[in-house]
Amino acid sequence: MKAARRTPADPRFLGGALALGLLTVLIGGAFVGLIAEGARNPGAAWAAFDSYLLRIIRFTLMQALLSTALSILPALLVARALSRHPTFPGRHLILQLFAVPLALPAIVAALGLLALLGRAGFLAPPLGALTGEPWPGIYGLSGILIAHVFFNLPMATRLFLEALETVPTDQHRLGVQLGFKAWNSFRFIEWPALRKALPSIAGLVFMLCVTSFTLVLTLGGGPRATTLEVAIYQALRFDFDPSRAVALTLVQLALTVIILALLSRLGADAAGEANLSVAPRRFDFPSPRESIANGAILLAAVLFVVSPLAATGIAGLSADLQRLASEGSVHSATLTSLWLAFSAAAFSILLSFALVRTRHALQTQRRDAPPSLFERLTDRGAGYVLVVPPIVIGAGWFILLRTVADLFALAPIMVITVNGVMAMPFALRLIRPAHDAAATRHDRLCASLGITGWNRLRLIDWPSLRRPLLAAFAFAMALSLGDLGVIALFGSDAVKTLPYLLLERMGSYRTADAAGLGLFLALLTLALMLLSDRLGRSRQ
Amino acid sequence: MRNTLLTTLLTGALALGVLPASAQEVLTVYTYDSFTSEWGPGPIVEKAFEAECKCDVKFVSVADGVALLNRVKLEGANTKADVVLGLDTNLTAEARASELFAPHGISAEGLTIPGGWSDDTFLPYDYGYFAVVYDTEKLRTPPASLKELVEGDKNQKIVIQDPRTSTPGLGLLLWIKSVYGDDAGDAWAKLKDRVLTVTPGWSEAYGLFTKGEAPMVLSYTTSPAYHIISDKTERYQAAAFSEGHYLQVEVAGMTTKGARNPLAKQFMAFIKAPGFQDAVPETQWMLPAAETSKPLNEAFDRMVKPTKSLTIPSEEIAEKRKAWIDEWLAVMSR
Repeated sequence: MKAARRTPADPRFLGGALALGLLTVLIGGAFVGLIAEGARNPGAAWAAFDSYLLRIIRFTLMQALLSTALSILPALLVARALSRHPTFPGRHLILQLFAVPLALPAIVAALGLLALLGRAGFLAPPLGALTGEPWPGIYGLSGILIAHVFFNLPMATRLFLEALETVPTDQHRLGVQLGFKAWNSFRFIEWPALRKALPSIAGLVFMLCVTSFTLVLTLGGGPRATTLEVAIYQALRFDFDPSRAVALTLVQLALTVIILALLSRLGADAAGEANLSVAPRRFDFPSPRESIANGAILLAAVLFVVSPLAATGIAGLSADLQRLASEGSVHSATLTSLWLAFSAAAFSILLSFALVRTRHALQTQRRDAPPSLFERLTDRGAGYVLVVPPIVIGAGWFILLRTVADLFALAPIMVITVNGVMAMPFALRLIRPAHDAAATRHDRLCASLGITGWNRLRLIDWPSLRRPLLAAFAFAMALSLGDLGVIALFGSDAVKTLPYLLLERMGSYRTADAAGLGLFLALLTLALMLLSDRLGRSRQ
Repeated sequence: MRNTLLTTLLTGALALGVLPASAQEVLTVYTYDSFTSEWGPGPIVEKAFEAECKCDVKFVSVADGVALLNRVKLEGANTKADVVLGLDTNLTAEARASELFAPHGISAEGLTIPGGWSDDTFLPYDYGYFAVVYDTEKLRTPPASLKELVEGDKNQKIVIQDPRTSTPGLGLLLWIKSVYGDDAGDAWAKLKDRVLTVTPGWSEAYGLFTKGEAPMVLSYTTSPAYHIISDKTERYQAAAFSEGHYLQVEVAGMTTKGARNPLAKQFMAFIKAPGFQDAVPETQWMLPAAETSKPLNEAFDRMVKPTKSLTIPSEEIAEKRKAWIDEWLAVMSR
């Protein structure tokens, strides 16, 4: 924040500073609440540091790093294959399907995966025949990794594709003119764009895997598979030991900062392209051999992502869908989900846009000097909120607010704020490549024509950012639809969402209803994504 | 969208009491959310008690029994709760120590809790026994004792819950502790190979079980009644264990704030009445803590009736829970 005061007052700095201030208040406030409550028993924080902690740190890091590598490397290939073939039937549908896993509660996705790969799964007989003994299922590290790849590969693919699409068409044309084969165009055109995005996308996946909880416990096979997140949850929910929860959260945060700093060495800052592209469209002609390879990659990825979704869908069809669709509680949960997710997504986009604009302005201004702390915070720093468990934020604010306000009324605000903040790192990554590319192209033009403020937003930024903004909005909404972490103590009465209803049915033996609601949630997400895609494309 | 938003906001405002409601006396009951769900006993109990007291019952629901206690402890003397409903006997020692609860003053007469009831702060509203529920299509001969479960065929798996995050998970830990005592660690070392996976809560475990991932799951003796009554199938059965079954009793308590609200005392007495108890069996799928007006569905007669009910005093659990969980962790992480 200090840096903001030193720099000349550019109005674009204000947005980022406000957004960062808000994040600081949200996280800081929660910590203050928990520490104040935990101060009655200060020894508990130190008691958290024992050999058990070391063991779970080791496991957390190992599974998260492996999951990240296994998600990111294939995602690079899939995104590249998609970008080399900008038009083929079903391409849009694939992209929108890739957002669906994000909106599914972890247990629904786990059951979908197990319907294929579990001991009683669809593939168990052939796999058993292959290994010569009854198929043991995927319990253990393998199950955790498969589940994490299922969630993160499609998401990373979409983010990489967003980065690839900022490559100016001129570069592709030039590549064709120079007679580039697949390898050369990868090396000189695609890889620089991918590499620029790599650390931040890998960091995002890493953070999601670090905080994984239900998947790790359910598929991990036993308490050997325990992550820090489990320990935080236990400290806060079962033992109610706030100082321990804060200590563990800080450990999780510190580890993530270190790993992400290491990951950032994988990346490179490529200069933006300041000229407007003159080539009207892509001109690459993948050779038949490359097309076959790309086809195989895409087919494998689609099978991997779609078959568990299909299993979820088929399980859902066995439910009494007609009855479910006519139930009042399903209607009200759908409405609640939609308006909470809509508000959270809107908040998330505001935050992300403010941060992206400020970061770009700061980067342009400093030219070749190293980035200031302020700039770093608007970039990677803001993303660290992902490793602060929502339950920590919820409990901290509950403690702060319990005496001053009506907590029941605050539950929806809490859900919107936390979901919006948690979706921000995703939205940020979807918006930033397009924003930075557009800003590099337009900044000088606008400055010389004197187009600023509202006019610039409306005439210059909106047309070029419309598509990524809408995509980010739908993505954020999908993420918020699936979430239910924050309200444990606040009470659920005012925020009974679809995932909540789903888990409630599951918790009262109604597994068929739960499966039906899982299908419903998946379809709702798909509809949202298709809608945003349509709105983003029209009038282009 | 705007219309929807407005409607939701207005409904929300109404539900939160921002807009003036009728000037009835209000009773606030904190509970967990499966109690107040439309499938739970909440709506039935609310209607029955409101007819009796001519008052307005307001349920506030949080995630589960543990969250319930945490919430009340955090709110302290400022809590809005008159009655807290949904703690279990593993939590009563801790709840009592908070000094936020007042004696209920209801006689234990008529309570059907095995082993009798003598707690004058907390009153039971239902109970159940933990049991291994099995799939008759996958398992011909279920284990007949905890010993047979522990030492049986490693290829016949069971899904259990984590005692660090779930009540049934803690239940199994206490069950094995009460049967094996100091040898519990060795028993877990043997059982470990039969455990397919350890889930964070009951729902995940039961979901895996009904998907056919494992032939056994840790649940309750009364779970099969749900499948018989609602799904019309006898496929899932509970195994009777010769050492006895561990007992779980769910209780309600009146807060010190509630002690000043006459409705709270009336509600505590109502818990024992058929108006409340009739709702318990087929919504909670647990056994009623007192007489119901009609006999239970005959499916309940076919449930396992434990020869012995096992319990560990709440105070001892509060004192040793951490050590026991550490012991479990050490064995299971090997």
